[in-house]
Parts: sequence; structure tokens; C-alpha cells
Amino acid sequence: MQGIFDQYDKGPFFDEMFGEGGKIRPHYEQLFQRFGELEPAEFDRKRVLAEKSYLNQGITFTVYSGDEGTERIMPFDLIPRIIPADEWAFIEKGLTQRLQALNLFLRDVYHEQKIIKDGVIPAEIVRSAKHFRPELVGFDVPHDIYIHVCGTDLIRGADGRYLVLEDNGRCPSGVSYLLENRQAMKRVFPRLFNRYAVRPVGRYPQELLASLRYVAPHGNPDPTVVVLSPGVYNSAYFEHSFLARAMGIEIVIGHDLVVEKSRVFMKTTKGLKQVDVIYRRIDDDFLDPTVFRKDSLLGVPGIVEAYRAGNVTLANALGTGVADDKVVYYYVPAMIKYYLGEEAVLPNVETYLSAVDSDRKFLLEHLPELVVKAANESGGYGMMIGPQAAKEEIAKFRDAIIADPRGYVAQPVIQLSRSPCFADGKVEGRHIDLRPYILSGEKTTIIPGGLTRVAMRKGSLVVNSSQGGGSKDTWVLDEGEGVC
Amino acid sequence: MLSRVADASFWLSRYMERAEANARILDVNIQLLLDFEDQNAGTVQQHWQPILATLEDQELFSEIHDGITGDAVMAFVTFEKKNPHSIISSVTFARENARMVREQISSEMWEQLNRLYLYLHSPAARAAYIDSPIDFYRSLVDSLHSFQGITDATMTHGEGWQFLQVGKYLERADSTSRVLDIKYHILLPFGEQVGGNVDITQWMAVLRSCSAMEAFLKISHGQVTSWGVAKFLILHDTFPRSIRFCVDSLDVALHQISGCDRAHFSNEAERLCGMLRSNLDYTNIETVFSTGLHQHLDQTQLRLIEICNALVKTYCLWLDEE
Repeated sequence: MQGIFDQYDKGPFFDEMFGEGGKIRPHYEQLFQRFGELEPAEFDRKRVLAEKSYLNQGITFTVYSGDEGTERIMPFDLIPRIIPADEWAFIEKGLTQRLQALNLFLRDVYHEQKIIKDGVIPAEIVRSAKHFRPELVGFDVPHDIYIHVCGTDLIRGADGRYLVLEDNGRCPSGVSYLLENRQAMKRVFPRLFNRYAVRPVGRYPQELLASLRYVAPHGNPDPTVVVLSPGVYNSAYFEHSFLARAMGIEIVIGHDLVVEKSRVFMKTTKGLKQVDVIYRRIDDDFLDPTVFRKDSLLGVPGIVEAYRAGNVTLANALGTGVADDKVVYYYVPAMIKYYLGEEAVLPNVETYLSAVDSDRKFLLEHLPELVVKAANESGGYGMMIGPQAAKEEIAKFRDAIIADPRGYVAQPVIQLSRSPCFADGKVEGRHIDLRPYILSGEKTTIIPGGLTRVAMRKGSLVVNSSQGGGSKDTWVLDEGEGVC
Repeated sequence: MLSRVADASFWLSRYMERAEANARILDVNIQLLLDFEDQNAGTVQQHWQPILATLEDQELFSEIHDGITGDAVMAFVTFEKKNPHSIISSVTFARENARMVREQISSEMWEQLNRLYLYLHSPAARAAYIDSPIDFYRSLVDSLHSFQGITDATMTHGEGWQFLQVGKYLERADSTSRVLDIKYHILLPFGEQVGGNVDITQWMAVLRSCSAMEAFLKISHGQVTSWGVAKFLILHDTFPRSIRFCVDSLDVALHQISGCDRAHFSNEAERLCGMLRSNLDYTNIETVFSTGLHQHLDQTQLRLIEICNALVKTYCLWLDEE
């Protein structure tokens, strides 16, 4: 009999499932036994089953070609990623620490700016950050929480250490996939969950709602909370409606809201109803055409005024983009030390700033070996992977860096860890990352695991769904659990 | 509830009902055609032309097709994406609206609707249609009925559900009036008498397309007459597809939404609906025929449009007026 792992080649990478000499890692043992019994054809049948359920539920994004939209599902890989309890405890500690520091940093840069005065971060870096909002300096947010929902991307390099690749402190998406992936796994491999004590993830929407209610204006104990979405044509609309449904609250679009006397209301069949907390899935720039981009049709005129009057809470807060700027990222370990007096538990990826003269010299000399990223882009855009880039692309980035040194950072190419994935009828290694979701409310909560994103194309290091990435279920094992 | 959500719920429901009405009409017309053996081009055209007339789609049809054939009309009313009233368009619009209110309706409703949408866009639907159009339309109606059942069984019967009822009954009253009107457009073949064999067969087809055959025969002692059928489909008080029943149900739903007593009205939609309702309550079939059946149906359709406009103004666009 031919098992699905028989031909597996872990290659020269850190493999999540197979260690030195191809030896199976202990926490994957049970999975290996169960899946090892499956023939590729049977495995493929399960895969089709899972995909069909995504399609029927409408967990899709639309790809347009001509006037016909085709619905696609985000590729889902059935081989879960498993994280042992102690490893997760370490990650959790690191992320909690990091988010605390980021929230303290935001409180500080929008108030006294002590971190600048004490010379830890150059004033210029903060002031020139594209998403820094000087008009909000001096403005207080409830409980000093700025980033209510954070998606911090973690990767593992060749030695298996977890590194922080970037923080997403504006509108991180993908959590609905995490929750749906678990549902799909339970449907397709129900018995597998008997063999492992996997920590559940289903409470996320309730935790999110609790965090949102906690930050209601004026300490209102029974606030009206809504999800603000750009609308059905947004590629993440499924997630917006999913979360609204799971929290039992309304999803609104800009057109549903009006501002009167510095208060936000929604238009209902029974008249206007005041809204207290808005979990907004629209970027700052599009939120209020009277303050930010004039051409935005998605936003709500006057909402910023209501926000500044303290009559509505926006989650995440306005201006959090200064914290996930890729140049500011460089200073996060210093921030942690400055605010918390601790060493960063989770290290950054080694980063060069083209804004710093000595770094710029080095990185311009080594462009073909480095990854270059625009400081303010996300979703895999504005990025160049040196070893895979054409000469013209490298030249283009060189010019861009010289023209705008503040706008770019560079990092060594990290060979992301790989996980076995079922692709093209067989199991092969694919590069992955991990996006945990961190909630700040009365306390910091992290949903066990996160979204494991997979670069489905062979050899690719880009995991973003906008660039053809897929995902897989992520299992965090219970304390004391090896395998039962 | 959000005005936009009320609007989307209303249209979601209307489009589903419209898809069902189209599937029924096509099913019956195929059967009707099979009853007549003499299928020359003239007869065929006579049978399919009224369908285009009642759906008010003649112009678009002649832009796309050269002549009226059964296949062309069926394809046009079923799969033509350019035709905004086709079954596939109706289901697509219903789904668009359902997406907007995805968090308001139950997951079971969404999945049923989404499966139907995916099916209609798949080659399997075409294959089933080619294999047996009658079975195909029956299965569509089944699937749409399932949606109604799932809706009633899985969704809270609150305001959102009431808006679905409003959409459903408004559309259903309209489509029953259109089905009856088909008969007006069908010319009797030369030499055929009113009340003759062909005439009666056509009236029976009208009944069947409203699933009203069995219910009608129970009260008519086997007599099928134009007056009898029209009376049943316009004025019957408890048959769920009669115009009177639909308008009455519409009236109930409207009052449930506002909380207003049914003997009064609190907005223009309720006032117009109440007037139509009492009109249907206190008219008789003699009056209908003396006005002229076609004229009466035409007026009913216009009044339904007025109710719809008033409803949208009251609940959905009230703020945009300022």
C-alpha cells in the first residue's frame, strides 16, 4: 500500500512535521499514523468534500474576468499544523508582551511622546509615518486601548525559532477562515479529534464582542455594537458578515449610518438608533470623506467628529497604522524594553532601515540577496524578493529607495518553515506562516493558534491570499498533552 | 432593523417567488403544448407568445432570438442572464440580497439558496433541463419550496421575517394575476368555442400553474369554467395563491411590522393595501368580468406597484428624501 507520506521529501528546510533525519516529531505521531493509512485518492476525496462545503456555505471570494464573476474558495489544506502546549505558551507570552508595548506606544505618541523625548525612537520616524495622525494628539481613547484586534504574523526560519515578521494593527483579516477551517476539519476527520486534545477556537466571536463592549464610550454597560463593512463587493465581506452573525450584532455599511450632533446613528425601520461601538473593517483613509479621502464613498461623513467628541468608539482606533509601519516595527523590541523593562520574548526578523545611512549603504549593495518591503503596504504588495526578482525590478526598487529612504526596509530572505501539504495529488512541503489574533479588552486574549497561511505554489515564499495563498487548520494542544 | 436590511429582505423574497412563478408557468406551458398534437409553427408561437407578453419581456426577446420557438422562450425565461426576469437572474438577485442580510437570515436558508444558485450556474442544470424540462422545473419548484419551509422553520418570526412575507405575498399576488392574464393573451384556435374543449384545457392549465387544480376541483364539482377559475384565483379566501389571500397576508405582515391595528393604518403602504384588501373582500366575480378580466388584473398589478413604492418609501428610503 502506498501511504500519502511515503515519498515525502522535507528538503533543506525546517519542517513542522519531520525533524532531523526525517524523523517524525512526537506531536505529529498520531496524525502520521492516521493519515499514513490513507491513500492519495481517498485523501483527495476528503479534500473535495471539504471544498464543496466551503462553496455551499459561500465562503468564497470573487474573481472577475470580463463581465462574469467566478467564485473561488481560498485553498484549504487538510493536513493540520500542530503546536505543542509549551511552544504555544511561549508564543502567547511573547504576543501579549508585544501588544501591551504597542498599545503603550500608541498612547505615548498620541500624548506626551516620551519615547521620542528619551531618544529611543527618532521623532522623524514617527512624524513621517504615513498613518500617523497628528490631529489626534491629545485625544483619549477608552481604557487606553488602541489596537483592539491585532494580527501579528509569525514565521519560523531554518532553526525553527519563531520570529515576528510584521504586526497588523489596522484591520487584520482572516479570522473567519481560522474558525471555518476548524469546522471543516471536524466534518472531514471527526475521529482524529479523539486522538488529540485540541484547544477549541470557537469562542473567538464572544471574546471579540466582550472586548468591543468593554471600550464603550462613557462606560456604557449596554452599548450598541456594529460591524462596519465596505459592503458585499469587498473581498472580505464574508468575514464581516460571519463575525456579525457569530456575535449576534448588525453589520452596517457607510450608507446605513448618519452623524447628527456628534453622535452616530443607524437608519432603521423604526427611525434612528444610536451606535456606540463600531468594529470597523474600513481603513482610516476611507472612513470619513470630510476628514480623510474626499473620494471615499464607503465612509460616513462626520464620523471622526463624533469619535473626537468621545461619543463613539472605533475599533481599532484611528491612527494605529503608525504602530505597524515597517520602519517603526524595527523599534518594537526597543519599545518593549522602554515601556515594560523586559527583553522581547519573540524577536524581530533582522531588519535594515534605508533611512539610516549605514544600513542604506549595505542594503543597496546587497539588494539581490534581500527582501525589500514598502513601509506602509500590506497583503504582500510593494514587496521584492531579491533572489527571485528580475534585474529591472531590482533597479526599480533601488531608484525607489534612493528617492524615498524612509519608505523602505530590507530583511534577509528567510526560508520559512515548511509543512506537508496535499498538492497536485501528492504530499509535498510548502512554506507557511502563522497569524495569531490578539484581542485587547479587559485582558489580553489570544485565540489558541491562529491562521496558518500556506504558499500553495511550489517554492513560493508568499503566503498572502491575494497572492494565491491557502490555509490550514492550526491545532494548539492542551497543557500536559503529548498524545492520549 | 436597518432600513437597508428591510429592503434587501423584501427583495430577496420577491425574487425567490418570481423564480418560482416562472418555473411554474414554463412547466404548465410545456404540458399544455403536449395536449395539442397539431404542433405547427403557428400553434407553437401562439402558445409561447403569451408568456413573453405577461412577463413583459418581448422586446428583449426579439433582440436575442429571431423567432418564437418553445426552446427559445424556455431558454430565455430560464437561463438568459441578459433577461433580468429570468429564473437564473431572479435567483442571482435573490442571492445578492441574501448576501447583504447574511447575518439576519439563518445559515440553513443561505445554504439552500446558495446551493440553488450554484446548481443553476452549473452544467448539471443544463443537462437536467435538456433531459426532461418538466422534471427540471418541478425540481426547481421543489427547491424553492424547501427554501420557504426552511425560512419558516429556522428563522425568528420577527421583523425580518415579516419583510420576507411582505415580499413573498406581494410578488405572489402579482404573479397569480399575470398567470390569469396569460389566458387573456392566448387566442383560441380558429373555430374553437368559448367553453369548448380547448378553452377548458387552457383554463385547467392556468389552475395547474398555480398548483390550484386539486383545490379547485374540490369545490367546483368537476366543472371548469372561466368564471369559476377566475373567481377561485382572485377571490378565494383561504387558497394560498389566490390574490385575495395574498393581499390579506400582505396586510397582516405590514401591520405586524408597524404594530398598528388591522382596522387602521399607520402609513401609506398600509392604507393602500387596506383599500385593495377591502376591495377584494367586497367585490364579486360578476363585477370583475363586467369591468373586464384583463382590465381588472391590470389595475390590481398597478395597485400592487403603488403599495410596493409606498412601502419602500416608508421603511427603506425614508431618510434619503430630505
